[in-house]
Amino acid sequence: MIILEDVNKSYGKGAPALNNISLHIEKGEFAFIVGDSGSGKSTLIKLLLKELTPTSGKIYVNNTDVTRLKHSRIPKYRRGIGTVFQDFRLLKDRNVYENVAFAQRVISVPGREIRKNVPSVLSLVGLAEKYKSKPKELSGGEQQRVALARAIINKPRILLADEPTGNLDPKNSWEIMKLLEQINKNGTTVLVVTHNREIVNEMRKRVITMKKGVIISDQKKGGYIDED
Amino acid sequence: MRINTFFYTIGQGIKNIWRNKLFSLATIATIASCVFLFGLLYSVVLNFQNIVKQAQAGVAVTVFFEEGTSDERIAEIGEEIKKRGEVSKVVFISAEEAWESFKAESLGEYVDSFGDDNPLENDSNYEIYLNDVSMQSSLVDYIEKLDGVRTVNKSVIVASMLTSVNSLIAYVSLGIIGILLAVSIFLISNTVSLGITVRKEEIAIMKLIGATDFVVHAPFIFEGMILGFVGSALPLTAIYFVYVNVVEYLQNKFKVLDSLLRFLDIHQIFSTLVPVSIALGVGIGFLGSFFTAKKHLKV
Repeated sequence: MIILEDVNKSYGKGAPALNNISLHIEKGEFAFIVGDSGSGKSTLIKLLLKELTPTSGKIYVNNTDVTRLKHSRIPKYRRGIGTVFQDFRLLKDRNVYENVAFAQRVISVPGREIRKNVPSVLSLVGLAEKYKSKPKELSGGEQQRVALARAIINKPRILLADEPTGNLDPKNSWEIMKLLEQINKNGTTVLVVTHNREIVNEMRKRVITMKKGVIISDQKKGGYIDED
Repeated sequence: MRINTFFYTIGQGIKNIWRNKLFSLATIATIASCVFLFGLLYSVVLNFQNIVKQAQAGVAVTVFFEEGTSDERIAEIGEEIKKRGEVSKVVFISAEEAWESFKAESLGEYVDSFGDDNPLENDSNYEIYLNDVSMQSSLVDYIEKLDGVRTVNKSVIVASMLTSVNSLIAYVSLGIIGILLAVSIFLISNTVSLGITVRKEEIAIMKLIGATDFVVHAPFIFEGMILGFVGSALPLTAIYFVYVNVVEYLQNKFKVLDSLLRFLDIHQIFSTLVPVSIALGVGIGFLGSFFTAKKHLKV
């Protein structure tokens, strides 16, 4: 599903952001990527989203050679990957329904399908009754659930979550993690970048630990490694 | 593109305009000023050309013949002149017709003192009208070399002045229109850039979701085209009322010059001005927004 082979990424002449990374993530897997700031987590996510191109090495996602992907094929490639961010990135001037429908509108899904899909995915994240609310009327947890609904409405095969609980209290953090687990159980590969020690230790999933651009640990049912 | 995507992008274009109301208004105002000036200039140029054309139609070269030239030779000269491309019409005026015309126009009560004499006996002539007054001197040179031609009368000053003024107006107009176009494109580009900055986050999300370049760019291009359309449609309405009223005022005020100042009907001007102005406005909007969106929205 996701394969990285000897991937290097350097910005200018400084130390490489990623140093000879090799990684295999299977279809339907749930994995955490942990590490301090500057460990290369964000660079890894950007490479997977084809926002960056590696300096050397190969990246394959959903059987696509991402390193050789043509510019014109990037949009279609990205439709196979859902993304969730720490700051939710919702459109503040639109309500919950419009925020989720937006993800289908911009890829030209017919209107009747949008009207069918949006309520269904909002039910899944438990926000069916708040479809008219604007983001500012929702709690942080609810906003992240809207972002999740938007990320999965196009049925991506991979979901990338970059610090999805970074702005949430423990209760809401756990609700989001449960949703991610449920999405994973429905067949989506889930990759979560996080600093949340408690969640990583509790969930007992695969944990890939990065430091200074290198993978220093990859445990099948691991916990958060204290680097100090 | 699906129909709902089409309407979605148009809707977003309109929303962009609404979100950046002040900049949009400034852009519309500038395009409107440009198109208004263009329209006025075009109306003036078209009317001037019409006046020039009428004046040109009245400019004639007159050819007189040497004494004793036979009627056959005069007819031959007429045929040779008619063959010239710049000649639109050749009218033969016999000595009798010339005298009758002169009597009617100039002699009045003194006409009887001439009895049956025709002082213009040797003044039968050709009046030659041209398609293009600028060709007058070459035609005169040609006619003067023909056998049997005594003298050729021409109106050098009128011809050269009309030609020069016409060219001057055309060049000045082109220069002004060029500058106005550049200013308009610059403003559209600024407005679209601002719209892109305001919607930076939304654009980033669209790209991550997998929107194509077209879907990302289209709202901004529509925005530019809508601004261009409104900016060109408004001044056309203004030009319509200004033109009709100014022409009416001038015709009432300067009735003496009625024969000289023959203005074109507004519909004659608008038949070209409307499509050209709309195409100009929408074209400026398209170009300005297309290149700006392309520059700022690399997916």
